[in-house]
Amino acid sequence: MTGPANGPMSGPANGPAIGPEQAVLVRRGAYHDSVALMRVSRALSELPGVTAAMVAMATDLNVSILREMGFAVPEADPGDLLIAVRAHDTDAAVEEAERQLTAARGADSDPEEQPPLTTRSATARGAGDLVLVSTPGEYAFFEALDAIEAGLPVMIFSDGVGLAQERRLKELAETKGVLVMGPDCGTAAIGGAGLGFANVLAPGPVGVVAASGTGAQQVTCLLDRAGVGVSHVLGVGGRDLSAEVGGLSTLRALGMLDDDPATELIVLISKPPAPEVARAVLKRRPRTPVVPALLGQAAGTDLTRAAEDVLRALGRPVPEWPSWPARPGPRPAPKRLKGLYSGGTLSAEAALLAGQGDFVDFGDDAFTRGRAHPMIDPTLRVEALDRAEETDVVLMDVVLGHGADPDPAASLAPAVARTPTTVVIALIGTEGDPQDLRRQATAFHEAGAAVFTSNAQAARHARSLL
Amino acid sequence: MTHAQHPAQELGLTHEGRGGHEGFGGREEARAAGALLSAPPRVITVGAGLLDEALRAQAVPTTPVAWRPPLPGTAADLARVLADPRRQQANELAVRRLTSARPYLVGVRRASELLDEDTFLHAGPPITWERASGPMRGALIGAMLLEGRAADEREAADRLAAGAVALRPCHEHSAVGPMAGVVCPSMWLFEVRDDEHGGTAYCSLNEGLGKVLRYGAYGPEVLDRLRWMDRVLGPALAATLERTGPIDLRALIAQALQMGDELHNRNRAATSLLLRELAPAVVEAAPGTAAEVLRFVNGNDHFFLNIGMAAAKAGTDAARDVPGSSLVVAMARNGTDFGVQVSGLGGQWFTGPAGVPDGLYLGSYGPEDANPDIGDSTITETSGLGGFAMAAAPAIVRFVGGEVGDAVRATRSMYEITLAEHPVYQIPGLGFRGTPVGIDVTLVARTGLLPVVNTGIAGRVAGTGQVGAGLVEPPAGAFTSALHALAAVSK
Repeated sequence: MTGPANGPMSGPANGPAIGPEQAVLVRRGAYHDSVALMRVSRALSELPGVTAAMVAMATDLNVSILREMGFAVPEADPGDLLIAVRAHDTDAAVEEAERQLTAARGADSDPEEQPPLTTRSATARGAGDLVLVSTPGEYAFFEALDAIEAGLPVMIFSDGVGLAQERRLKELAETKGVLVMGPDCGTAAIGGAGLGFANVLAPGPVGVVAASGTGAQQVTCLLDRAGVGVSHVLGVGGRDLSAEVGGLSTLRALGMLDDDPATELIVLISKPPAPEVARAVLKRRPRTPVVPALLGQAAGTDLTRAAEDVLRALGRPVPEWPSWPARPGPRPAPKRLKGLYSGGTLSAEAALLAGQGDFVDFGDDAFTRGRAHPMIDPTLRVEALDRAEETDVVLMDVVLGHGADPDPAASLAPAVARTPTTVVIALIGTEGDPQDLRRQATAFHEAGAAVFTSNAQAARHARSLL
Repeated sequence: MTHAQHPAQELGLTHEGRGGHEGFGGREEARAAGALLSAPPRVITVGAGLLDEALRAQAVPTTPVAWRPPLPGTAADLARVLADPRRQQANELAVRRLTSARPYLVGVRRASELLDEDTFLHAGPPITWERASGPMRGALIGAMLLEGRAADEREAADRLAAGAVALRPCHEHSAVGPMAGVVCPSMWLFEVRDDEHGGTAYCSLNEGLGKVLRYGAYGPEVLDRLRWMDRVLGPALAATLERTGPIDLRALIAQALQMGDELHNRNRAATSLLLRELAPAVVEAAPGTAAEVLRFVNGNDHFFLNIGMAAAKAGTDAARDVPGSSLVVAMARNGTDFGVQVSGLGGQWFTGPAGVPDGLYLGSYGPEDANPDIGDSTITETSGLGGFAMAAAPAIVRFVGGEVGDAVRATRSMYEITLAEHPVYQIPGLGFRGTPVGIDVTLVARTGLLPVVNTGIAGRVAGTGQVGAGLVEPPAGAFTSALHALAAVSK
């Protein structure tokens, strides 16, 4: 991709002395989703003779990345597609990009069959029991509204949905009796199906209501490690327990889990709720025991301790959380802590526990407009790692599971290996995840990082190095 | 399908005032809340393909939405209009009124009963003589000559330019007119009554094909035919319909669809069915002229078009003026502008430039001879017929430049921008699925799909007549400006 390639750069060592040429094309109004574009970019970058390539929507962020890569970017709107290549044969590379983009559109299995173009159309066909919305945030409201109007529950993975729209969706959902998960709901598990970024979890007695996606992932992954499975994970979105939204989804999710025969204990993961919302939640008095995992400065707990509280409530032993300490190396004494996170709650937790340093949440809106989430697209974090200095400690999360990068170590471990920086990694995943937790841990460990399965322990370790 | 697509029927709403959402009842709620956790879900995914793949990798069944961003510049308006709490119920009500209309052909009347003598009606949104295209001018000239208000073409044009008659859209007078759609006071009009909601709609009598007034021709043969219609056809039809009593057009149109008409560019089955209904009564009511009347109707496969248009107009008018509704209640062209009207926006027109149809041409005519799109006949598409029912009319798909597969695709695509499937107008080839009906401007903006419109093509030069037939794309701007106006009145 955009950083230094994994192998040596291919150059015209023995050929005619022609340097690579560059081309930047604008395709007006040609929309592709950011993940599809990342894949095209990656495939293009791997072609022989191509030294750099990026195919992306012309958002401000993407344009600035292209400029940093040395491309002259013409005037373009965020709705336009940019194809940028530096190669010995730019025509061939652009042609290949077009071919890949056509392929990314997907083959129409039956040309006479009209695919649904809106959620409304799909629900009218009776096509589902649940809608998963992951469009760019400014359009997510439209699709979520379709779902609720059709009487279906909806998970809004998209971020960047306005507070007024969230309220409107949740108030309408109240009248229809359906659950709204999100917006910015990164993970959920329903009846064994993992939605969004979802770890592979064994079935079990713990139901989770989470205002934080990565918070739920950390807690459930640790529970899984301790041999405790989950019934369902219901996300509610980070603002649900605010006074403005009034905990509408939290209350509904609690009620649903309370009525669910498979759920024996409920974990509520959230920042401390607004006081009036907390009262409403308490008034609910579920029959099922609830373990609150309230995060943040005032709450004084962390995700790992929350998982341990759940284990104690179930009368289960608390195991040692696996970690792989860094091999001692000839590194200078670290002076500064840098957090390079993909998960917002994990980043906040680490910043709180470390008590110092600069933390960047690359999963934030500002980094995901027209770009895939950092759990899928490692580019920005690889670049940040490459910019880190010898005297830094870099603390970062790597989140596994369905939906996430199929092999994060493939791009991040080489960056860890070549940086002179001390690297500490919080590896969030389960043994069942498709990426193979142990193989990932080994790859990062061999690249020189200290690896922890508890984010809290990783943060404390990073702090101890300073 | 489809209680999800037809909540109006399920809700059984009977009047506008019923608010709230209690109509969904306990059954729906139980399914949504309880069953979600009781079994692995089937998931509709919209957005990133990766999250759909992640579900499939877990063997979870998914239906991906082929999502694209909305038309450029519409996101903010869409957000406002979709958030309007009145919209869902308003649209359910409006489209239910549209599809439940029961139009009957009840008679013919002189236009002078509806118009003052100094007013001519025309197709499409309002137009002035200055901006009128060739065929519109030709038809207006013909009407001046027919009314005896000018001695020749030049005098007619001068008087029209001087404003001797007021030009008003048919749509503002409960009427519709094909092509130029010019109605002058002496003309006969079909009268169609909606038994369900009580409305009445009018349309002129069809003159046949070739050199005819509605395509802008005004030569002697055109005027002679119009005078014969005035003298013979109109009175014969009036007497005939008195004998037959009201003719059920909803049933007749439903039959014609099953016999290969789409009711815009093919009306052969509907005309034949009508002739069966009328023939005995024509013989009784007008024995002296029955043969020429029946020969005239039989000789014109499009005789029914105007009746079907009035039936469509009766339904769309019933759907007007529902506050908060984004349903399109008229699409009409005047040869210069393509205009739409929306239920929640009263009589306001939203226009864009009329496009030049793409199709097949008669004889040696070609695209350079074609006038931009013209006529109120898009009322058929507005009510779920015409281009929206193309799949019902495989016999004419080549005429409008395509194959059978194109017709099926055209109809299937229109379900994406419509609010309902017609309960009575069905397409045998699609398993008797109801035609897509009730265009929603928010769905047009969201999908970028524009209504499929079948049309005849008028010659560009006044006096030419018809030069071909084909398909035409409406201007997206007409729909996006309607959306913008809806956003301004959203709650």
